[in-house]
Amino acid sequence: MKRLEKLVSIKDLPEAPVSNVPSLNQKTGTWRVFRPIVDKEKCIKCSICWRCCPDISIEIDNEGFPIINYDYCKGCGICAHECPKTAISMDREGK
Amino acid sequence: MVKKIMTGNIAAAWGARLSRAEVIAAYPITPQTIIVEKLAQFVSDGELKAEYLHVESEHSAMAACIAASQTGARTFTATSSQGLVLMHELLHWASGARAPIVMANVNRALAPPWSVWVEHTDMMSQRDTGWIQFYAESNQEVLDTTIMCYKLCEDKDIQLPAMIGLDAFYLSHTSEIVDIPDQEKVDKFLPKFEPAYPLDVENPLSIGSLSMPHQWYPEFRYKIQEAMERVIPKLNKIEEEFYKEFGRKYTGPLELYNTEDAEVVLIISGAATGTVKETVDILRKKGIKVGVIRLRMFRPFPSDYLVKALSKISFIGVIDRSFSFGHEGAIYSEIKASLYGLNAPLIKNFIVGMGGRDITTDTITKIYENCFSCLKNNKIDIPVEWIDIKV
Amino acid sequence: MIEIRFHGRGGQGAVVASNILADAAFKEGKYVQAFPYFGVERRGAPVTSFTRIDKDPIKIKSQVYKPNYIVVLDPTLMNVTDVTSGLDKDGIVLINSDKYPKYYNLSFKTATVDATSIAIENKLGSRMAPIVNTSILGAFAKISGEVMLESIVLAIKESAPSKKEENIKAAKQAYEKTIM
Repeated sequence: MKRLEKLVSIKDLPEAPVSNVPSLNQKTGTWRVFRPIVDKEKCIKCSICWRCCPDISIEIDNEGFPIINYDYCKGCGICAHECPKTAISMDREGK
Repeated sequence: MVKKIMTGNIAAAWGARLSRAEVIAAYPITPQTIIVEKLAQFVSDGELKAEYLHVESEHSAMAACIAASQTGARTFTATSSQGLVLMHELLHWASGARAPIVMANVNRALAPPWSVWVEHTDMMSQRDTGWIQFYAESNQEVLDTTIMCYKLCEDKDIQLPAMIGLDAFYLSHTSEIVDIPDQEKVDKFLPKFEPAYPLDVENPLSIGSLSMPHQWYPEFRYKIQEAMERVIPKLNKIEEEFYKEFGRKYTGPLELYNTEDAEVVLIISGAATGTVKETVDILRKKGIKVGVIRLRMFRPFPSDYLVKALSKISFIGVIDRSFSFGHEGAIYSEIKASLYGLNAPLIKNFIVGMGGRDITTDTITKIYENCFSCLKNNKIDIPVEWIDIKV
Repeated sequence: MIEIRFHGRGGQGAVVASNILADAAFKEGKYVQAFPYFGVERRGAPVTSFTRIDKDPIKIKSQVYKPNYIVVLDPTLMNVTDVTSGLDKDGIVLINSDKYPKYYNLSFKTATVDATSIAIENKLGSRMAPIVNTSILGAFAKISGEVMLESIVLAIKESAPSKKEENIKAAKQAYEKTIM
């Protein structure tokens, strides 16, 4: 099966709308305008940000701190908004 | 092969059992409940090795069936009326994802007012969901069609879901003699389901993700229609194989009964066909040339077959046990459209038996008389007539 | 084709009776059909069910309007339901009753059997709600001659979920005790 966008004719199309390119390959991090930055000094490891991330782009490291996966984080800012200690700031990309 | 007395509901459960359905997700509703009760019993007794999922609604039942089907499990569900229309959204998803689910639907009227009795509106209003639709006349046909549907739906050329309608009470709760085929023979007839695109954690797939207008949406829709066009030829082949294996003959999308020399032919679907056949026998004994065509299948609609079957008929009465409000009976619309541009005979629509109102030989005799009177005057007084309305 | 209409109350087993009768006739090589009058079954409410028996395949799928036999599982229904409606003039009415047939003064051939006592005696159902369907079928075999008692017994043996022997005994006793 090829990537659907590489197909040219209906004849190449599978019967069902399937693609063996999983959504993991869709790096939505490129959509980001604001970048969440975690301040480990302020963070109390409550993991509310981890629970609130709508794109499963936050993981928790061995020490209990949140690690943001910038490959997929779209920069929506929910984590920063929900953080009870304002430990996450949203910085403009490209600065 | 064992012959037993059983209801249509039990026959549907046996159809799923003999087909070795692997996942069953269903929600009970009158008059379908016995189908899921029987299947639950088969599973708990170890007679059917299937995953039986208790879900909280018909919507969830269909969602579970779609996902299960996409992992490569042979999937069955059953519902009726309100349950079917609650599933509506996911019916589109099932065909769009090309999941070959087979479903028994006990045809029942929709509320309000509440009615648990037969009507075809529940299934007719699923016309555009991309499902193959069968309407059964007997319990034997319910069982046999379930088995044949898996072979049809899972075929690589088809990959579409199908629903089999059985009339509330007239089939669902009526006991008739049913021949239960041998499991070994069914196994031979029906190979294991091999999905074209199985969901597998080792080889991830994405199914049904976004398609922008410039990408592939129309093409996927076009492919569903191409598959639909292959359904009837494939069905004919499968029925031939079925006949060889089990000795029971089915006649494709239509069943013709005494139409050869008939002046008036009625077209009908579902269990009430039996009563029309009985009436034909009575009238034929009096030398009146009548016949009946049973529409076994509503989607894909067998236009070509009907045009051929109706080519020598002077008058057609179309019986709809459902209604498209603001217009006319749905079967009537389709048949008129099929005959458009041809040298069409006179054709009249009868709306009969809604909400389970009994269709008797008297009702049908009256309809034939009505047709002959129109034929004699070469004029149709009321093109769409509701029969047995209390005035 | 012969057509039988059963009148009972929800819980007495009228629907099961129509099925067992169909099964018994099927065992004799006949074509059969059995179905309830599509009510929403509730305990105590009047219920109707039907059986058709024929030597040829049965096509018709409508209700029964002109039965050859009427079987009444509960004598109190005689006052609330027009049980003989549509009955063929040569038809027979079979009533579960401890009265003699002439008590009912019907213009049809009438038979009675005290199926309630027979059911209680055989501990079928409870004293307050005895299940009389297997007894009444024994009586039906006797008065109609349409189906043999042996076939009824065989059908009961296969379909009764419990108390098979008691149900069979009840059918046989009723066969003997029916009055016409």
